Amino acid sequence: MRLTIEGARVIDPASQFDQITDLHIAGGRIEAIGPAPEGFKAEVIDARGLIASPGLVDLNVSLREPGFSQKGTIASETRAAAAGGVTSLCCLPDSNPVLDEPAVAELILDRSERAGQVRVFPIAALTKGLDGEHLSELVSLRDAGCVAFTQGLAPMKSNRILRRALEYAAGFDLPVIFTPQDPALAEGGLAHEGPTASRLGLTGIPESAETVALARDLLLIEQTGVRAHFSGLSSARAMDMLADAQARGLPVTADLAMYQLMLCDEDLEGFSSLMHVQPPLRSRKDQHALRQAVQSGVVQAISSHHRPHEPEAKRVPFAASAPGISSVEVLLPLALSLVADGLLELPALLARLTCGPARALHLPAGQLSLGERADITLFDPAASSQIGQNWLSRGANCPFLGLGVPGAVTHTISAGRLVYQA
Amino acid sequence: MSVNSSQLQLNQQGQLRHFLSVEGLSRELLTELLDTADSFLEVGERAVKKVPLLRGKTVCNVFFENSTRTRTTFELAAKRLSADVLNLNISTSSTSKGETLYDTLRNLEAMAADMFVVRHGDSGAAHFIAQKVCPDVAIINAGDGNHAHPTQAMLDMLTIRRHKGGFENLSVAIVGDILHSRVARSNMQALHTLGCPDIRVIAPRTLLPAGIEQYGVRVFNDLRIGLRDVDVVIMLRLQKERMQSGLLPSEGEFYRLYGLTSETLALAKPDALVMHPGPINRGVEIESAVADGPQSVILNQVTYGIAVRMAVMSMAMAGQNTQRQLNQEGQ
Repeated sequence: MRLTIEGARVIDPASQFDQITDLHIAGGRIEAIGPAPEGFKAEVIDARGLIASPGLVDLNVSLREPGFSQKGTIASETRAAAAGGVTSLCCLPDSNPVLDEPAVAELILDRSERAGQVRVFPIAALTKGLDGEHLSELVSLRDAGCVAFTQGLAPMKSNRILRRALEYAAGFDLPVIFTPQDPALAEGGLAHEGPTASRLGLTGIPESAETVALARDLLLIEQTGVRAHFSGLSSARAMDMLADAQARGLPVTADLAMYQLMLCDEDLEGFSSLMHVQPPLRSRKDQHALRQAVQSGVVQAISSHHRPHEPEAKRVPFAASAPGISSVEVLLPLALSLVADGLLELPALLARLTCGPARALHLPAGQLSLGERADITLFDPAASSQIGQNWLSRGANCPFLGLGVPGAVTHTISAGRLVYQA
Repeated sequence: MSVNSSQLQLNQQGQLRHFLSVEGLSRELLTELLDTADSFLEVGERAVKKVPLLRGKTVCNVFFENSTRTRTTFELAAKRLSADVLNLNISTSSTSKGETLYDTLRNLEAMAADMFVVRHGDSGAAHFIAQKVCPDVAIINAGDGNHAHPTQAMLDMLTIRRHKGGFENLSVAIVGDILHSRVARSNMQALHTLGCPDIRVIAPRTLLPAGIEQYGVRVFNDLRIGLRDVDVVIMLRLQKERMQSGLLPSEGEFYRLYGLTSETLALAKPDALVMHPGPINRGVEIESAVADGPQSVILNQVTYGIAVRMAVMSMAMAGQNTQRQLNQEGQ
């Protein structure tokens, strides 16, 4: 299939390209930028007034398959991702069975391919069954297509095992993703330890649950030389620690959830279970620091931290509800609010959504270049949309439903194929 | 995006329709509630202890946590208002068969219950029910997790007002495990709303919640300083499990530092009231002689509790009825 995207403002943050031009696609790849090659005949998308960006790269998505089809399936959630302008996503190992062996990775990749929506890069469990004790077969998992390894919030049995896991991974240049939280300091916690949680009578998770674990992780990263990425850090103090580590030359990267840049613990007022997330929403001051870190580049990537749930998982009191927000299909519209807020210029925002995340995990995605895979998102910056119309994810657990946002994704193109059209 | 407590608790005319939390309610409304409770106290003294305000109405006491005193006083209050009362101890029935809170309450609602008195171990459970499960049934929070126990707070306020005449010139100390206490949270809010100028909390650092300053209270770690010249001492129950989680070294040390004894009570004003939401742990937070002493109003609290619950139930039922009429007229 051949495709010409005509007259879009093409922004490719990776190459700092930003001009109104045409894109020509053939065989799933970008054939030309600018004038069409001699005799190029293609279907034309009139993209005047639209912006063409590399397809978004989302580093943190729970696809819920295998094991939790009541919450989501690879087919439903990759379709939702395409609607959010995402063309590449990393899925977490929190499936059932846990993604800790090549067969599970193969199943996920097969079903993603069959779904035919977006590219899926699996992240495998660092330890078997996330037990924190027995290392997964990291190299076999890499060979099966896994791009990184994580424990998520599941703790390691001991610092000694963590150190060995990192050393082993470092020996094969395998990236490890950290979401630091000391399990003892966070035990029983439901919300950021602060005035709001106190008033609501919700057990608090102190900031130190994150920073104590982060300090340990940074020291072991430095010692082992492992490639490290942090996903979903929540506190201002953690942003300072990350910036310090980077200033000392430690090549650590980070992504934050889009919702962390919009919500804070005060939104728990009224006990809405939709606001129950892990790590918890911290104070307004923390939220401000997270936004600053995205602006300054200490944080390179914004992702969705998509956690779809069935209605029953949230139709319970706050404490009993399952944590997480479903939002991959509104990743780009929500992110565009950061431009409207004046936090980031559009090219800088797109960098956090494309080449930033791709580079963090060395993914072959997130840029527009000749001969490369044509993963492109088209959106209308002048339009506005209301979140929740034509909801696609199986999980409707999104606190932003009904919210008006700037910009609207009009087309998502994956490997030269139109996978979403508004 | 979130619904605040006062919006959820009041009908379109600003009357109480659910009683979930003291937070967000006005001084006028709390005063009206105390005045109404005062008038019901007299009912308890009659030979025939009944008024017909809730005749033909069904009140369900839905308790997900065990409680004898609170459930009993709610039951008595409902009966004195002539309601039909159903007691459900849910921890031993439906939920063990896997039924969700949502389904349990929807089923009770389908049996035409008019009011749910709910106690639940999760903070926010009563809010959840009023907002998401049965907004048309009057929901009375009989204690949710560590969040709120508003009827206990109002009976404490009634006790203080009846013995001290008001709140304007009082010093009130709340002593003990503030961190895990829904009673303390609701009391701090009620005292603040009713204009008490000096609210003190006295506890070791490990039993104080983060951001306690938001309640407009003064914090003391030393009982002997904090109790000086107070008019009211509210002692809180200390759970034995606090010793296991590193919050306290021992019951003995807690009693030595924070126990209310004849000696420490002497630091308060001579006519200071001694209060406790019960059940009391003699020799853990309070000396027997003090609990049974002349300054103790612990048993008066129980008596007033029935009147306060009658007031809450009659007001919420009236507010719900008004809202129903408004809804019908609106249709």
